Amino acid sequence: MDRFVFLTFDGLSKGAVLAAFALALVLIWRAARIVNFAQGAMAVAAAYAGYSVTTATGSYWLGFAAALVGGLLIGMVVERAVMRFVDHSSPLSEVIVALGLVLVMQAVLGMVYGNEFLPAGTPFSRNALSVGDVPLLSRYDLFVFGAVLLVLVALAALFTRTAIGLRMRASAFAPEVSRLLGVNVGGMLTLGWALASAVGALAAMLVIPTELGLHPHAMDLVFVSAFTAAVVGGLDSPPGAVVGGLTVGLILSYVSGYLGSDVTPMAVLVLLLAVLLVRPGGLFSSTVARQA
Amino acid sequence: MSEQTVTPSAPAAAPAPAPRRALALPGFLSRSTLLRHLVLAVFAGVLLYLLTQQLDPFRNFQLATVAAYLCATAGLTLLVGMNGQLSLGHGALMAVGAYTVALAQNRFADSGITGNQVLPLSLALGVLVTMAAGAVIGLAAARLRGPYLAGVTLAVAVAVPAATVTFDETFNSEQGLSVAVEPPPLSLGLYFPNERWQAWVALTGALLTMLLLANLVRSRVGRNLRAVRDDEVAARLAGIHVGRTQVLAFVVSAASAGLGGGLMALLAQSVSPGAFSLTLSLFLLMAVVIGGLGSLSGAVWGAVLLVALPDLTHDSAQWVSLSPAVAQRLEGNLPLAVFGLTLIVVMIAAPGGVQGLLRRIGARVRRRAPAR
Repeated sequence: MDRFVFLTFDGLSKGAVLAAFALALVLIWRAARIVNFAQGAMAVAAAYAGYSVTTATGSYWLGFAAALVGGLLIGMVVERAVMRFVDHSSPLSEVIVALGLVLVMQAVLGMVYGNEFLPAGTPFSRNALSVGDVPLLSRYDLFVFGAVLLVLVALAALFTRTAIGLRMRASAFAPEVSRLLGVNVGGMLTLGWALASAVGALAAMLVIPTELGLHPHAMDLVFVSAFTAAVVGGLDSPPGAVVGGLTVGLILSYVSGYLGSDVTPMAVLVLLLAVLLVRPGGLFSSTVARQA
Repeated sequence: MSEQTVTPSAPAAAPAPAPRRALALPGFLSRSTLLRHLVLAVFAGVLLYLLTQQLDPFRNFQLATVAAYLCATAGLTLLVGMNGQLSLGHGALMAVGAYTVALAQNRFADSGITGNQVLPLSLALGVLVTMAAGAVIGLAAARLRGPYLAGVTLAVAVAVPAATVTFDETFNSEQGLSVAVEPPPLSLGLYFPNERWQAWVALTGALLTMLLLANLVRSRVGRNLRAVRDDEVAARLAGIHVGRTQVLAFVVSAASAGLGGGLMALLAQSVSPGAFSLTLSLFLLMAVVIGGLGSLSGAVWGAVLLVALPDLTHDSAQWVSLSPAVAQRLEGNLPLAVFGLTLIVVMIAAPGGVQGLLRRIGARVRRRAPAR
């Protein structure tokens, strides 16, 4: 029973990170109808930037801020320099270009930092605090929950309460009309990518210390899990991404706790297939008009 | 569709594809697709046979590797280019073929079965098992579109190497298995170079794959594949069973990838999960895109590129004198960066790939020719 409780809290903490990462995918999907397969590599690049700053200054928080700013910049550059020029008539070309980006980024990171795991520090202890005799949550888990919650609230406020959020939603919903009404649609798209990339960077900063460490491929499995989470939620719905993230995090925590951590990738595959075959639009999808 | 060139060209002897000359062919050749492809395959076979006699062992080994990659890239071209289904999991399918061949070869060797029939038998087993795996993924894939399909196949590419750790009694985890391969048959002579034998085996497999796929593409099935790619609704209205066609494409494509993986296992004489990582899947996709998605000849360029580009970057890195630590970091990563950049540039600037460029140049030359 103790083990179950521990795994549940561990799963919720993992799930919070997956939710943030899935949210980054959903943000870009809503803004540009692109599933950003380069999200993992972009987030890792930002995390490496944070690592460099932390080792140079000795301060975790400066590195943390650097990673977030780096994420913003990477998102902007990727949209402005690459994604803008991709032919949007076929969904294949966007996926393929994103994968090209993955190859380039991981190679450059490998060249600069080397292909070995670098230790990533945490600002708080990862030893679980006990209530009675049952170990529940570490201070770090609380930090993860707090950070993800803060981002969720901030994003929700941005999209529903501010003028710029309204413009972003408008340019995603009806680009032509928005342009006629004086909205800078291209700029909104860039902003969407930058925001999503920063959220991805945050997720990477939160998840990497709990795994093996910093590595060019550190986010590969996280990306697949977050994609699963986004699909569970329906790719189009931010609350869906959060629920999907927590669900996937819990399931993966139970699987790796009871069956062994090397089963996790297969569990992700089975889960993804199951969701797509039973309810392809995700749990929170609206009905789509049939084609033929 | 333009004419399919079935010549798996080696880097050294890559012939510039001649402009379409269907009119110059004798009547019986332009009438029968099968006959034309057979003649081309025999011609290519003779050329390659002569080539393997000339090349040194290392180049022969590279030629064999090109042939093994060609099986996989040709299958992937059929799937992505002709049927419009994106697979990021073909590296994993190659792994399925490779591990099956490895297990079969070792089982045969353990039970003392030797002879000429062993090699084709285990390769056939590899193809069959990969086909079964492809059918399972294909059944799911037929219901999925665009990014969803890419996500599922990505998960396959991540999960399959991990499965070798979970079932480590059979697959021996990260170390992988060594593959028992018999030396070349004695009838070829006592000192027959092993690399030339490997090249022969791999090239036979590649030629066979190309022949079968080229015929398939030109047949009714091939037309169905393209119809489904271009417009699913129209294809359905024309009486094509869309789901069945997509599963078929996936199974055929998986079979080719399985053969490629099996040949890889024979060439390397070992299999390990590291050799079939996600990067391999991305490499295959990249090769197919850069080669040109529209035609099987693009797959040839892609396969050549997969072997030639790491070699080139390795050589060019040797030119600049670097400290060993820097050189070691560049070693594996430079080809990756070059591949990725090429992929992005090709996708944005020349979506037809190498084969598309060649075809455009050919068309321009022909248009100018009568004016002179």
